Amino acid sequence: MRVMRLGLPSSILLLWLGMAVFGPLLDLQPDHIELSRILVSPGADAWLGYDDLGRPLWDRLVVGARTSLFVALWVVMISALMGTAIGTAGAYMGGAWDHVIVRIIDIFLAFPGILLAIAMAGLLGPGVDNVIIALSTVGWVGFARLARAQVLSIKQRLHVEAAVAMGVRQVRIVVRHILPLTLAPLIVEASFAVAGVVIAEAGLSFLGLGVQPPAASWGSIIRDGTRYMLVAPHMVLAPGIILMLVVLAVNLLGDHLRDWVDVRTRRVL
Amino acid sequence: MLNFILSRLLSAAVVVIGVSSLVFFLIHLVPGDPVEVMLGESAQPADRAALRHALGLDQPVPVQLFNYFNGLLHFDLGVSLHSQRPIAEMMLERMPATLELAVAALLVAVVIALPLGALSAVRKDTALDHGARVISLLGISIPHFWLGPLLILIFSLWLGWLPVSGREGFASLVLPALTLGTALAAILSRMVRATLLETLNEDYIRTARAKGLTEYTVVLHHALRNALLPVITVLGLQLGALLGGAIVTEMVFSWPGIGQLTIEAIHRRDYPVVQACILLISVTYVLVNTLTDLAYVWLDPRVRLHEDM
Repeated sequence: MRVMRLGLPSSILLLWLGMAVFGPLLDLQPDHIELSRILVSPGADAWLGYDDLGRPLWDRLVVGARTSLFVALWVVMISALMGTAIGTAGAYMGGAWDHVIVRIIDIFLAFPGILLAIAMAGLLGPGVDNVIIALSTVGWVGFARLARAQVLSIKQRLHVEAAVAMGVRQVRIVVRHILPLTLAPLIVEASFAVAGVVIAEAGLSFLGLGVQPPAASWGSIIRDGTRYMLVAPHMVLAPGIILMLVVLAVNLLGDHLRDWVDVRTRRVL
Repeated sequence: MLNFILSRLLSAAVVVIGVSSLVFFLIHLVPGDPVEVMLGESAQPADRAALRHALGLDQPVPVQLFNYFNGLLHFDLGVSLHSQRPIAEMMLERMPATLELAVAALLVAVVIALPLGALSAVRKDTALDHGARVISLLGISIPHFWLGPLLILIFSLWLGWLPVSGREGFASLVLPALTLGTALAAILSRMVRATLLETLNEDYIRTARAKGLTEYTVVLHHALRNALLPVITVLGLQLGALLGGAIVTEMVFSWPGIGQLTIEAIHRRDYPVVQACILLISVTYVLVNTLTDLAYVWLDPRVRLHEDM
């Protein structure tokens, strides 16, 4: 059971990181077109087969891993920083500021799911940088809401009151006495956000709003594959399976992290 | 009670105005000159000026904003650049398909989630429970744009049971509804399991069992009814994910709904249509969420009575 909960997800995560980080060191030819091998099924010379332009699928998947990790790290970093800053500012300052921030959060939450990201990516035009901008515009809201709730409750604690009474500067109170206590839940949120961003990036690329050819994304490979499903199902199956495994692994590790951070349930593990 | 309803409606109105303004400013995100992007670089200056005038982009931003809201109040969403037809008319055409898909997906989700979640809770920590939880974990992690092609591959191409795409009759609805409903089913069944487990620990359940009622009656008539209340709230919130997922699902199955219209419009750079679609979907979401909140108060006598006092 422990292997299932930790070992398997960790190895999948490491495989993803490995593909993304060490991919460029491998002797890969993701853009090499071999017309005689178009849509060739998995076999001896290419274990995942070839795509619709005769490019080796495994090599494309490795490049796709890099795309998804790159986008996920940037989006989660920008969202977490922006969201935490905005949420903390609202909760700490209170009053009219907080009111305005809550309204803005409400308005962003009113866009269902990936819709706002689709609209923004569509209007900004395709490309990795625009995908990062679009997903960060949607991503900060979750962090802001969480940070705000955390700071609201921590603000009431005695050690903060003591710091205020001692005349500690406000910035120092927030940075030294409040923010460190909000870190744990924010890190858990970030781990789930990684899974969300990986799916969202692939989704945008699937819709043709993400990375542009010849660059590869798992989503765009699936999109190309849907046209040749009958003759070359491997083009849809391979990227989908790896995408799902990565998302599943990140979610499982996120669950684990949440249980571990929550001291109340830690003893059970 | 009345106060609660009024304040909820007021805050919904504020959000709708905010959403509409944000959608208005979206067109200013287009890098460079939106008119040039829409017409292409080779367009004649006269054509550009005409389009700029037609879109009202030659006026100051406050005037544009006023005209935009004025149009919205009269259900005038403008004209499509591509087909030159009124956008409201185009959306009305596409609406039934999306509604049909959303309702079908909702049905799929509830039909799968209720028994799965309930069985999982009643048979807690058995193989059945573990199996159900693994299935729901998979359901949450599988994206629409992969589940869709996967189902097409298995049920349309390999088995030949169902059509690949399009919207012709009931058979063509099955795969899109399954694709869109699965993730929701997974989330709901987790929720049903959690709330039912909590409810089964309540005192009145012990009383019901002590009275000698069958386990079937206890679970179905006493526990499940109360366990479903929080599930309704989740259903309302998840509708957002459902509407977002519908866009992708419609693209996978060439389902002629609002989602497909949105993506087509994006690829054609028909920005007024994009704006109108985004606005329609998000305003629908806000309204449904508000209704869910109100329904919750109405359904739960505890909240209702408390508010009256």
